[in-house]
Amino acid sequence: MASSAIAVGVPVQVKTKTPTWRIRQSVVTYVSLMPYVAFALFPLYITLVTSVKTKQEINNQNLSPFWALGMTIDNYKYLAQYTHFFDHWMINTLLVAVLATGISVVIGILAAYALARLRFRGVEAFGVAVFVTYLVPTSLLFLPLINVINFLDKFLHIRDTYWSLVITYPTFLIPFVTWLLMGYFRTVPVEVEECAYLDGCGRLRTLLTIVLPMALPGVVCAILFGFTLCWNEFLYSLVFIQDELHKTLSVGVVTELIRGDIYFWGALMAACIMGSLPIIVLYAFFMDYYVSGLTAGAIK
Amino acid sequence: MALSEAHNKTFIDMSTAEPVGRRWRRALGPDLDGYGFVLPAAIIMTALVVYPFCLALWFSLSDGMIGETRHWIGLQNFVYILQDHIFLQTIRNTIIFAVSSVVLKSVFGLALALLLQRATRWKRFFRGSVLIPFVAPTALTTLGWWLIFDPTYSHINWALKHIWPLSLFGLGPYQWLGQEYLALAACAFVNFWRGLPFFAVTIFAGLVAIPAQIYEAAETDGASAWRKFWHITLPLLRPVLAVVTLFSTIFTLGDFNIVYVLTRGGPMNSTHLFATYSFTEGILNHDIGVGAAIALFLFPLLFVIVIFQLRMVRKETSYGL
Repeated sequence: MASSAIAVGVPVQVKTKTPTWRIRQSVVTYVSLMPYVAFALFPLYITLVTSVKTKQEINNQNLSPFWALGMTIDNYKYLAQYTHFFDHWMINTLLVAVLATGISVVIGILAAYALARLRFRGVEAFGVAVFVTYLVPTSLLFLPLINVINFLDKFLHIRDTYWSLVITYPTFLIPFVTWLLMGYFRTVPVEVEECAYLDGCGRLRTLLTIVLPMALPGVVCAILFGFTLCWNEFLYSLVFIQDELHKTLSVGVVTELIRGDIYFWGALMAACIMGSLPIIVLYAFFMDYYVSGLTAGAIK
Repeated sequence: MALSEAHNKTFIDMSTAEPVGRRWRRALGPDLDGYGFVLPAAIIMTALVVYPFCLALWFSLSDGMIGETRHWIGLQNFVYILQDHIFLQTIRNTIIFAVSSVVLKSVFGLALALLLQRATRWKRFFRGSVLIPFVAPTALTTLGWWLIFDPTYSHINWALKHIWPLSLFGLGPYQWLGQEYLALAACAFVNFWRGLPFFAVTIFAGLVAIPAQIYEAAETDGASAWRKFWHITLPLLRPVLAVVTLFSTIFTLGDFNIVYVLTRGGPMNSTHLFATYSFTEGILNHDIGVGAAIALFLFPLLFVIVIFQLRMVRKETSYGL
């Protein structure tokens, strides 16, 4: 692998790979990577810098907007004192993300196992259906889903509450989780399962005690990715919820903190930082799982 | 794939005890409990995807405001939107938006993937930081871009005015989100920023999967770097590139967040995409029929892309590897 890593796109032949050449190549590589890193982090950096500025500093057009002279946490205090950012929006988002992910991962595990291992009429058709629903964007379904929620509201009070999101988020999570886990389940050797069957394990018990522990990285990946998708979802939350106390983070920030023509840039940017932070921290700890979740859909 | 013979036998042996079960098994396959496993997913997908989709079809073919009884009007909603100049502009915007950002993403994504593969030190740092735009909440990071493009506080305008080599040109200040083409370009640019990591990381995974021996063989034959890239890397990456482009095109066509946060479809409807225009008509103007008809326009487009790309992938993989 190491040799191929160096070989790709190198403008010299094998025999000329001297140490100086290698150094020059790596300098070229890292220097060309820098703009990409700067580009990826640029808006986040601007957001962070603006969030620690005072209003006077933000409004002073003579000062550079690229860094902060003074440091203040007033904008963050403002969020805590005058908005529902921490006490409602963040808790709502967390609750919705945990519940919707939990439901979807359980249902997805069952469906993925059937797709990966079991043989019955219609299983291929079901697999195709899962793939197609995976590709249906949320922007196609938000209008009719309002009707579905209004209908369900007759039995359970979910209209204009975050429970409507707990019910609708699985529509894009289940296809994703199923697709992801199907790949992982197929890597578990069939022989192990057969041993369990011969020892008298039922299907469900084999799945829970044999297959799941062996496909644990896949399950972790599904949970992390599902949680992130829920946390970042915007359209359904915007359409289904008008009650300020039931809004999720992204929608609360965009609809409640932006009012009139004079924006509180400091508080707005502080909200962006605090809203992104949990996901970025999670991501920093479990990066490899995110990468495998990201590539799972495309590389199989 | 399927269970091996040994496991299959145990099931057939068990089934001999109950002839009724055997008949069902012969008709529907050996693993009848599979239906139980897919049932919860099937119920949710039917109730919350298939049924709403049919409902959207009904909305688009009928008339009436939210909460009113709807009446069948045939294709009138579609005829209406096809004569609506804002909708025609939406189609144009969507094509410009999707094509430009997907092209940018694939070109720079491939370049970034090749660089990531060559960076053997601090690879976690590099991979980790370039992936952040894809992981962080889009609506919130787009607010950061909104500030960067703001008419008064724009960082770009400030840099054009105050930072030395740029200030010599005397450019700006520009209304990044206030002029038709600039606004659409800004939206496409933010979409490019957000989607680039997906291309880079997926293509990177595809690069790693190419066996090193192929390159070694080519090197002993004296192949130049360009020829190796053109004759080995690119052909072997084709299936991955096709799938990544498919996914990205679909998600770019259905994009809502970026345009909603940056421009809400303005100025002069010059940045409306299907999703934002459908939102405007269906939610803000309470015309669900027209809103659904606009959103449904996405579907044939998606369908064609999926068929086309899947064909291409199948053809490539059959002789590619």
